Amino acid sequence: MQPFGLSFTRALGAAAMCLTIALPGLAQAQQAPAAAANTFDAVRSRGQLVCGVNTGLAGFAQPDSQGVWRGFDVDYCRAIAAALFGDANKVRYVPTTAQNRFTALQSGEVDVMARNTTWTLSRDTSLGLDFTAINFYDGQGFMVKSNLNLKSAKELEGATICVQPGTTTEQNLTDWARANRIRFTPVVIERLEELVSAYTAGRCDAYTTDVSGLASTRSAQPRPADHTILPEVISKEPLAIGVRQGDARFADVTRWVHFVLLAAEEFGITQANVEQMLNDPRPEVQRMLGRNGGLGPMLGLNDAWAVNVIKAVGNYGEVFKRHLEPIGIQRGPNALWTQGGLQYAPPFR
Amino acid sequence: MSDLTLTTAAATSPEAAPRTPPASQIGLRGWLRANLFSSWINTAVTLVLAYLIIRWTIGFIEWGVINAIWSVPENQTQACRDLRGVGACWAVITEKHRFILFGTYPYEEHWRPALVCLLFVGLYVVSAMRRFWRWELALVWVATLAVIGVLMWGGVLGLSYVPQERWGGLPITLILATFGLAFAFPLAILVALGRRSKLPAIKALCVLYVELIRGVPLISLLFMASVMFPLFLPEGMNIDKLLRAQIAIILFAGAYLAEVVRGGLQALPKGQYEAADALGLGYWQKTGFIILPQALRLVIPPLVNTFIGFFKDTSLVLIIGIFDLLTAGKTAIIEPAWQGFGIEVYLTVGAIYFVFCFAMSKYSQDLEAELNRHRRR
Amino acid sequence: MSQSTTDPRLLRAPPKRKLRLSWADERVRGIVWQVVVVGIVGVIVWWLWSNTVHNLEVRRIATGFGFLEREAGLPIAESLIEYSPTDTYLRALTVGLLNTLKVAVVGILLATILGTLIGIARLSRNWLLSKLAALYVEVIRDLPLLLQLLFWYAILQGLPGPRQALNPVEGVFLSNRGLKLPWIEWQDAHSFALLAFILGAVATWLYRRQALAKQMRDGQPRRIWPVALGAMVALPVAVWAAMGAPWTVDWPALRGFNFRGGLTMSPEYFALLLGLVLYTAGFIAEIVRAGILAVPQGQWEAAQALGLHPGQVLRQIVLPQALRVIVPPMTSQYLNITKNSSLAVAIGYQDIVSIANTTLNQTGQAIEGIAIIMLVYLTISLSISLFMNWYNAKIALVER
Repeated sequence: MQPFGLSFTRALGAAAMCLTIALPGLAQAQQAPAAAANTFDAVRSRGQLVCGVNTGLAGFAQPDSQGVWRGFDVDYCRAIAAALFGDANKVRYVPTTAQNRFTALQSGEVDVMARNTTWTLSRDTSLGLDFTAINFYDGQGFMVKSNLNLKSAKELEGATICVQPGTTTEQNLTDWARANRIRFTPVVIERLEELVSAYTAGRCDAYTTDVSGLASTRSAQPRPADHTILPEVISKEPLAIGVRQGDARFADVTRWVHFVLLAAEEFGITQANVEQMLNDPRPEVQRMLGRNGGLGPMLGLNDAWAVNVIKAVGNYGEVFKRHLEPIGIQRGPNALWTQGGLQYAPPFR
Repeated sequence: MSDLTLTTAAATSPEAAPRTPPASQIGLRGWLRANLFSSWINTAVTLVLAYLIIRWTIGFIEWGVINAIWSVPENQTQACRDLRGVGACWAVITEKHRFILFGTYPYEEHWRPALVCLLFVGLYVVSAMRRFWRWELALVWVATLAVIGVLMWGGVLGLSYVPQERWGGLPITLILATFGLAFAFPLAILVALGRRSKLPAIKALCVLYVELIRGVPLISLLFMASVMFPLFLPEGMNIDKLLRAQIAIILFAGAYLAEVVRGGLQALPKGQYEAADALGLGYWQKTGFIILPQALRLVIPPLVNTFIGFFKDTSLVLIIGIFDLLTAGKTAIIEPAWQGFGIEVYLTVGAIYFVFCFAMSKYSQDLEAELNRHRRR
Repeated sequence: MSQSTTDPRLLRAPPKRKLRLSWADERVRGIVWQVVVVGIVGVIVWWLWSNTVHNLEVRRIATGFGFLEREAGLPIAESLIEYSPTDTYLRALTVGLLNTLKVAVVGILLATILGTLIGIARLSRNWLLSKLAALYVEVIRDLPLLLQLLFWYAILQGLPGPRQALNPVEGVFLSNRGLKLPWIEWQDAHSFALLAFILGAVATWLYRRQALAKQMRDGQPRRIWPVALGAMVALPVAVWAAMGAPWTVDWPALRGFNFRGGLTMSPEYFALLLGLVLYTAGFIAEIVRAGILAVPQGQWEAAQALGLHPGQVLRQIVLPQALRVIVPPMTSQYLNITKNSSLAVAIGYQDIVSIANTTLNQTGQAIEGIAIIMLVYLTISLSISLFMNWYNAKIALVER
């Protein structure tokens, strides 16, 4: 027994020692250099933006076949990185679910959340986060199989409806059903993909989420014509960029990156012509692009920040066109205010 | 010589020779009669079962082999959809098998996770052989786990760096289970000793830990790791999602393993404790040299069974969105062209789990038999 | 003489040693160890706690259980009690708890029955049957439960839609909306009949106890079934008839999108129950087998020699002895069913975990949500343990 006993303790000791050595490597704990209260400095000194995105929603955030993230929300991450570092590729993407998105932001796992999140009062006040800019005005709708021949959501009396739990969607649905005296059976599945496959398998008669999400799901189906999006839009869903509470400067950067994209479209500045536009005579364009400086440093950035943003992703219209038009989403309320939409940038001065 | 006597004896008195049993009790017929058709009720059971088995087997072969489609060109799954319910669409496996096995790991680097899986299997096989049960084995473990880390992460030796968000599939399942065991085991030994300790405060702490963990489902611990854990850490420090899940699994496994180890400690004859005391050994000497080596040998079979349990339980990380084998399988059928072929994918993923668990469970049964034989002798 | 004899108790008591403040003293070492370990654990807990409090404060995350009184607004598909989305979170969580209990209780009953059958089948002298049972146990135990649940859910989702529902028997429909059965319209008379049945069952049990006690004294067996029939069948029927014998069958029928009326078993509940029962039955079968094998062969033979018929041997001789081996591991299987029912969240059955999860998602109060889940499961686990311990003590060998 003795030799075994000896070797046993020695083994235990050796193992314990090695595990202790291995632990920090395994842990890969990311000790941010500065406290979370100052996200701006923390991100700048890290040299990389950590951006929370959707786990996979066509058009908004989705890894392509090479594993590169692409989409509308992803371009916002890239634009913010371009403003901060002059390099749109200095981003690490963290896919977040509807469930863990707020925790991820609260705990500092991500710096900014560009992930179709509806701005509501209770989220703004009780979750420790701030919404900075509404990058997409959305509304909730319903999609049904075309062969049901429905014309209106009011005909859904008695239907089984697929809905993602814990979202504003779920609460809007119950509000709407109550107001319209419609009884329905919910099917609630956490993971978006499973929810969609439950709908396509016929477990539900209707699937409800933001209209943009419906369009994205519909376009991904083998035969999109088999599915109809009903005309009713039952809620307001302002999808906004979120940051942690307590760093006004970082919040300002994300907000003004959005305004740069809007203003660029308004002034006709595109990814292709941004260099020529540096010579544009309009004073506001000159201020925005940093020709007669001052605005960038006020945000804690350099004067080329707006040029970098536009060079990286183009203007708002270009981003929209690149990612959302292919899946059949119209500008609608997301048109510029000059074209009757809601997207409006405050003056650059 | 003796042959001769025997023959003569038999020849002289035929009654003394062993008579062969009647033909109805030996050979195939006898066996069938004893085991399948011993009474009318048994015969009925046999016939019904045989009918059902033959029918199901034929049905399954028809569905899974004869009518099955093994590959389709360019995601054209219409042929598969037309065969719904008649034939299996194994084309989904042909198309997606690398995704199911390795998830979103960069495609051209797939040899790395493949090698990692082989290393894990090799590690299990070596650990299973009794002649390698020496202290050097701990070093082998540490070395292998280090090599696995290097292979997965890369960034050195000309391997490109692969961030943790892109790992997936079978390696994640193996990592969660193996690292879970490697860290939970020392923890479990300490807790088991603590629970048997005479010191009331330590005993109370250990009991509290074990009972608390065993009273709640693993899912709630995983949720805790996923949404609550980040709030526990100081500002600015955060830990990767995979590691958080790993910590939850270690804590969970620790409580269950502690109970297994405690079983071994209790099964040890009291004389061993008394003899060690009589030798004047201190607590740690007594435990390290006398008690643990014997107790741990006793609990190896239940230990393997508990390990099979975690191996299966790691699939629960699906619920918090970690990319293990089962999650990869589910994700493979998200693509609209391949939606609805869940059964084929689940059968395949199930087969992989089965191979691992079955091998381990057979091993534990054999080992138990062997150890029992040793003890009886 | 008597004065010189010391009390034996005093002799046995160890002499009270003085506590020496030295590392060599075992008790001193013990105290130091305890202080160190408790101190370390205390510091870790305090550290985590203060971090959490600080984080909650800095991030202005609301705390407390006040949210339980707020309107939930979450729709729940199946509920044992009256529920509408206008109710509070507390009520929604209650619905979730009842749904958990619904699947756990039914699952425990069915898994026990199926597991026992398979365990006995493994010991059958029919080679085919015992091999088949062994194969079942081996396969089912080597696959993750979650995988099995997803598999069954995928199969149920693959069923035809409500308009092409399978209709094996009149009034029974099987579709991807679940299983629909005809059911009587529940009225007060039925509730009273049920109450009468429960009272009858209690009365029968009391009578049986008394009858057995009398049998112990005079050896006369008494018939119990006439009393049972009267109390458990005739009485409820009489109550029901006295209240007007209402009998309206509620047939499920296709109206609009879905079936209306009748009794529904949703695919989510069905898949969860099926998965839990099949999985756990594999473990229970092994426990039952081991329990029966633990009864020595001599007990069977002795009982047969007494002239008991096979049913009596099993019921009165073997089973009571086997139960002593079976009950402790069975307890942990029952606990496992209850805990495993939490996997419901993966297939969309709204149990306590699913609803608490949605709640913490809507309110953002992760700590409270998870605390509720853990508290509920700890309570259930503790109750099952206590009940099974009581039962175990009841059937344990009374050593004389």
